[in-house]
Amino acid sequence: MSAITITSANFEEEVLKSDVPVLVDFWASWCGPCKMLSPIVEKVAESAEGFKVGKIDCDAEGDLAVKYQVMSIPCLVVFKNGEEVNRSVGVISEEQVRELVK
Amino acid sequence: MTDVIIIGAGPAGLTAAIYAQRAGKSVMLLEAKIYGGQIVNTPDIENYPGIKHISGFEYAQGLYEQAMSFGAEFKMEAALRIEDKGDYKIVKTANGDYEAKAVILATGAKNRPLGIEREADMVGKGVSYCATCDGMFYRGKRVAVNGGGNTAIEDAEFLSNVAEKVYVIHRRDEFRADAKDVERLKAKENVEFVLNSTVKSLVGEDKLTAIEVENKETGDVTTIEIDGLFIAIGQMPDNKAFADVAELDPKGYIQAGESCKTETPGVFTAGDCRTKEVRQLTTAAADGAIAALAAAQYIATLA
Repeated sequence: MSAITITSANFEEEVLKSDVPVLVDFWASWCGPCKMLSPIVEKVAESAEGFKVGKIDCDAEGDLAVKYQVMSIPCLVVFKNGEEVNRSVGVISEEQVRELVK
Repeated sequence: MTDVIIIGAGPAGLTAAIYAQRAGKSVMLLEAKIYGGQIVNTPDIENYPGIKHISGFEYAQGLYEQAMSFGAEFKMEAALRIEDKGDYKIVKTANGDYEAKAVILATGAKNRPLGIEREADMVGKGVSYCATCDGMFYRGKRVAVNGGGNTAIEDAEFLSNVAEKVYVIHRRDEFRADAKDVERLKAKENVEFVLNSTVKSLVGEDKLTAIEVENKETGDVTTIEIDGLFIAIGQMPDNKAFADVAELDPKGYIQAGESCKTETPGVFTAGDCRTKEVRQLTTAAADGAIAALAAAQYIATLA
């Protein structure tokens, strides 16, 4: 499955109420490192088992970025049962991304 | 056995991959993170000959595709050490051992941390090393930039268009940055210079709220309330793992002249990780070409 686009409209449904952990990629179009991380996140999404992957565009969804205190991107946040359980800032390898949601 | 293993897939490593493959050599690229290197953080490249303007991301992407189009093998693995076996080398990663006739070290450099307490913990909570990545999160807020080089001044300029207030904290009262850029920054109403000063500590638990700054001349410590601290005090290399095959200078850069040859036959170096005066995209690319051709020449002497 490819990554889901998360907005404030579907955040509660897709992330907070999800019955599986959700790896959320906070990104923006002007952020070079985000573009580097994006294909890695997409690759993880496609082979995700037992969790799902979402992407939040910080420009379009500034409120979500503020709410979750995202101040450096790319930023990956893992939510489990509606709570943040893990976070990583910067470009990381595919292996490290998988490690985050373990 | 691979002909050439290149450690690091930034501009130097990827250029070396192009040149080595065009010289008929097989190439394996080992990269701990992802291809592109530091240039990915640069939004606008305007000093690369022949290209008037390109983003760092586009440049890195194009260079990667060019290097891979010759069939290079790319592994996202960190090289942990190199064993010199004379006619061949073994490069060790967490996933295994790889053999090659020659190795090119193109490990680059990374952002130099300030080295103050809780710095690493506060990354993403108000501490940043990339103004162009994170500046937008500080719209209408108060920020500080620490440093006096071109990056610091460029970051401050960029942030002055976004943030309400920008403090420029520099340990001296002179700047290494281009004078023209410093003058332009000084003219900005929302920019304040805090000179002869260093950042002593970070204030705030889950989120940065202020920094304590010490004036080196008077010894006075003042608290500056800010939401974001951008650290731009330069780069540092990370070559300790390879010091047994490639001698390092006191700063940790690999000792090698313009020939890109290290003291170990068959081990070459290219780009920002090498001892040099000018660290630019063009000089990284130039090193890549020199190291790759030197490696090809070296391999020819083995047979």
